[in-house]
Amino acid sequence: MATEHAADAPTAGEYIVHHLTHLNNVGAKQASIIDWSVVNYDTLFYSIGLGLLTVFILWLAARRATSGVPGRFQGSIEMLVEMVADQAKGIIHSAESRRFVAPLALTVFVWIFLMNAMDLLPVDLIPRGWQAATHNPHAYMRVVATADLSATLGMSICVLLLCIYYNIKIKGLGGWAHELFTAPFGAHPALWPVNFIMQIIEFLAKTISHGMRLFGNMYAGELVFMLIALMGGAWAVSTSGILLAIGHVVAGTAWAIFHILIILLQAFIFMMLTLVYIGQAHEGH
Amino acid sequence: MNLNATLIIQLIVFLILGWFTMQFVWPPIVKALDERAKKIADGLAAADKAKDDLARAEKRAVEELRKARESAAGVHATATTQANQLIDDARAEAAKIIAKAREDAKAEAGVAAEQAKQALRDQVAQLAVAGAEKILRREINPQVHAELLANLKQELQ
Repeated sequence: MATEHAADAPTAGEYIVHHLTHLNNVGAKQASIIDWSVVNYDTLFYSIGLGLLTVFILWLAARRATSGVPGRFQGSIEMLVEMVADQAKGIIHSAESRRFVAPLALTVFVWIFLMNAMDLLPVDLIPRGWQAATHNPHAYMRVVATADLSATLGMSICVLLLCIYYNIKIKGLGGWAHELFTAPFGAHPALWPVNFIMQIIEFLAKTISHGMRLFGNMYAGELVFMLIALMGGAWAVSTSGILLAIGHVVAGTAWAIFHILIILLQAFIFMMLTLVYIGQAHEGH
Repeated sequence: MNLNATLIIQLIVFLILGWFTMQFVWPPIVKALDERAKKIADGLAAADKAKDDLARAEKRAVEELRKARESAAGVHATATTQANQLIDDARAEAAKIIAKAREDAKAEAGVAAEQAKQALRDQVAQLAVAGAEKILRREINPQVHAELLANLKQELQ
């Protein structure tokens, strides 16, 4: 029985690879690094679903918002709004820009927190449910949208576009072009190429690190949960299994508790960097 | 770790969610927060003002009480003075009436005495004349001696 099970069960490597493969329109692991014809259905489902949940929760609070005595729910959302509004006020000095950027930061904070929080669900829970529902034991499903580089880079590129938009809006096309060629080293014509290359590198670095930071943290977190799950999964095929099960419980608990910090921190960092980068677009070098 | 069209969709979703929040979530909450802050500020100001008003009212009440007490004392004093005055006046009046009555009585008594004296004088004169008549029956003629008698009467006065 046990040997049969062991033969059926995927190896550790297969288990991990299976868990890290997206449910997409191709039905298999994406072959090349970049392929614009592929769409990850699972990422879109969880990110859009949680995005709608985010705005629904916020909208509920907004609908009931009165200047009277707030309830607990109301108060907690208001605390969030105050926190984001304070940060935005400190970073972006244009009230006109804050009208859009501050709500955007609030949305992205709550949204990323919820997407990250999917990591706290047992790693096999939703994928197994999905496999049972589709009667396909090999169906793919990843539940943490922020552990998909496409999603995080999509958001950071969105922030980049907003930076470019505000650069042009605040400084004018000419003003921004002037800044691109004269900052950071100076206005001497010989320095123009260097300045321009530095500026491009700065934009690229900001955007990629912005998206990569969130992705890396969540991807690594997800991987650790899988490894912990693997350790518990080995219980069935090992003589010292009970120790592995205990190890699973202890390690899983510890990592989950630590991960609460990470998911909140990463959501906050993403929000703050969104504000900081857009704030930089408002200031000359 | 692959990039694909999910990125584009995620980008658009991000913008839409941000737009939704800007449109329907942020303004009412911020408005409510600002209004509440204003309400609280107003409430605190009103409380301060009420406290001030109370203090002022208490002060005024004490002042009024003091004034009332003072005026009551004043009224009492005036009333006492007036009463004393009245009593004094009444006393003086009474004394005057008594004195006058005494004087009147005295005057009346004087007049009566005078009248009595007068009557007595008349009677004495008549008696004297009658006595003299009786004595001098024939010798004295009233018409002739009227002057004499009148002189006599004058002397008796």
